[in-house]
Amino acid sequence: MSLSTHRRGWLQAVLASAAAATLSACDRITASPRGVAVLQSAEGLTRRAQRLFVDRKALAREFTHADISSDFRPNGSIDPTDSDYLALKAKGFSDYRLVVDGLVEKPLSLSLADLRALPSRTQITRHDCVEGWSSIAKWSGARLGPLLDQAKLKPGARYIVFHCGDTLEQTLDGSGQYYESIDLIDAYHPQTILAYAMNDQPLPVPHGAPLRLRVERQLGYKQAKYIMRIEAVNDLKHLGRGAGGFWEDRGYEWYAGI
Amino acid sequence: MAKPAKVLVYRHAAVTRLTHWINVLALTLLLMSGLNIFGAHPALYWGQKSAFAHPWISVGAEQQGAKMQGVTWIGGAKFNTTGVLGYSGKPGAEEQVAFPAWATVPSARDLADARHWHFFFAWLFVINGLVYWLVGLVGGHIRKDLLPTKRDVAAKNVWHEVVTHARLKFPKGEEARHYNVLQKGAYLGVVLILLPLMVLTGLCMSPGFNAATPWLVEFFGGRQSARTIHFITAFAIVGFILLHLFMVVASGTWNNIRSMITGRYAIVPHPGDKAGAGDKA
Repeated sequence: MSLSTHRRGWLQAVLASAAAATLSACDRITASPRGVAVLQSAEGLTRRAQRLFVDRKALAREFTHADISSDFRPNGSIDPTDSDYLALKAKGFSDYRLVVDGLVEKPLSLSLADLRALPSRTQITRHDCVEGWSSIAKWSGARLGPLLDQAKLKPGARYIVFHCGDTLEQTLDGSGQYYESIDLIDAYHPQTILAYAMNDQPLPVPHGAPLRLRVERQLGYKQAKYIMRIEAVNDLKHLGRGAGGFWEDRGYEWYAGI
Repeated sequence: MAKPAKVLVYRHAAVTRLTHWINVLALTLLLMSGLNIFGAHPALYWGQKSAFAHPWISVGAEQQGAKMQGVTWIGGAKFNTTGVLGYSGKPGAEEQVAFPAWATVPSARDLADARHWHFFFAWLFVINGLVYWLVGLVGGHIRKDLLPTKRDVAAKNVWHEVVTHARLKFPKGEEARHYNVLQKGAYLGVVLILLPLMVLTGLCMSPGFNAATPWLVEFFGGRQSARTIHFITAFAIVGFILLHLFMVVASGTWNNIRSMITGRYAIVPHPGDKAGAGDKA
């Protein structure tokens, strides 16, 4: 073996072990709560930057009928097997009631007919999954802002929580139930609706029948499906595992603007 | 005959050196966490939305007889990429994954954690880039050292540089004090086009940012086009880095690395040059 190939082999070994050490260091950081906390500190910066640069009322782009996806992909729960949900579904959601409670002066219980009578909005928007894909659909629903005004938020209310009818992960403590939460800026955004129709049809089961959230400036996992109850709260700590949503409890960002 | 004495010239300012090494760290982790994120939906599209049946490129795995194989589709063409794309891992522990574990951070496919890495280092990368730009514009580094001069862009000079580079013969003496036109073009292309393109196409994947500047995502042709351009640009940067590293080795590994650490670069003056004509600050 010549000196130069010997040296090259040595250099390759050094480089390979340096790369492996770096990679395992990255994995150790990912596995340590403090490491993740440091990495997650960027999330607060991202949220503040978006709140600073994006006007509160800035609208997500709306598309035309020609842009609607023929292959809109349902994700997460697509056919819940929770017994309460199955009972509602069996009767075509005629017994469905949306409960609005928590920090409100006037708790509500609304049927689908009640919801359809509320101030509504129709929009053709793009749905961006955290995985990277996008689909476009037309959504019609009750605007969340006027609905909250009807229930009259108490002064302490800071977040709106959406309790869903689907269990996405089987757990012993019930923390596998889907839920989501948004702040009042997004709750009162003009495009934030409780959609009961998709592409001019009643909302199909894979997409969250009978009612789902559309909060258009955030990613797909914020668009809670199968909404059963809306709760106004002061903080998110007492819900689920405390991070404000099913996927947030599993490491995803609460503010899903990017 | 005695070897001509080497002269150490001051080549790289402290800000250039510091931002360079921060970029090495940030770009490495952005690339590796980005490859992990890509694994969550290993397909790319053009336009506003995903036509799931027709990505222009996609990576996956298929059963081939008794064995699995990694496949990559580009347009209509299928390539067997077992071991690299789609299906890889140590013998006996292969898995279906877009990019192999050794290329991603974290090494296991994990979208939530990969996003934490990606956005943390995205902020570092953006702040680092802004410092570089601000100091480079105010201090004159970009104008004096990177903008090609009239003499640089003369066809004869460009051709001369192409030919000498192709023969791996690099400028010596006084000429080596300054970047040549190919270096200026490559560095400017990276700091002026590729790196900003990476940030802008990244931001265009944000539904929040889209609402603030809807014209920008339209400029790129839609969110899925922005994602595609983000991916292509990342690999253009990888291409630049490979060429850059090759040139570092070909033109004097230790001299180049020292100059990016201490700022001092050794040149061998031609007999006709004024000896030690003062360090360039």
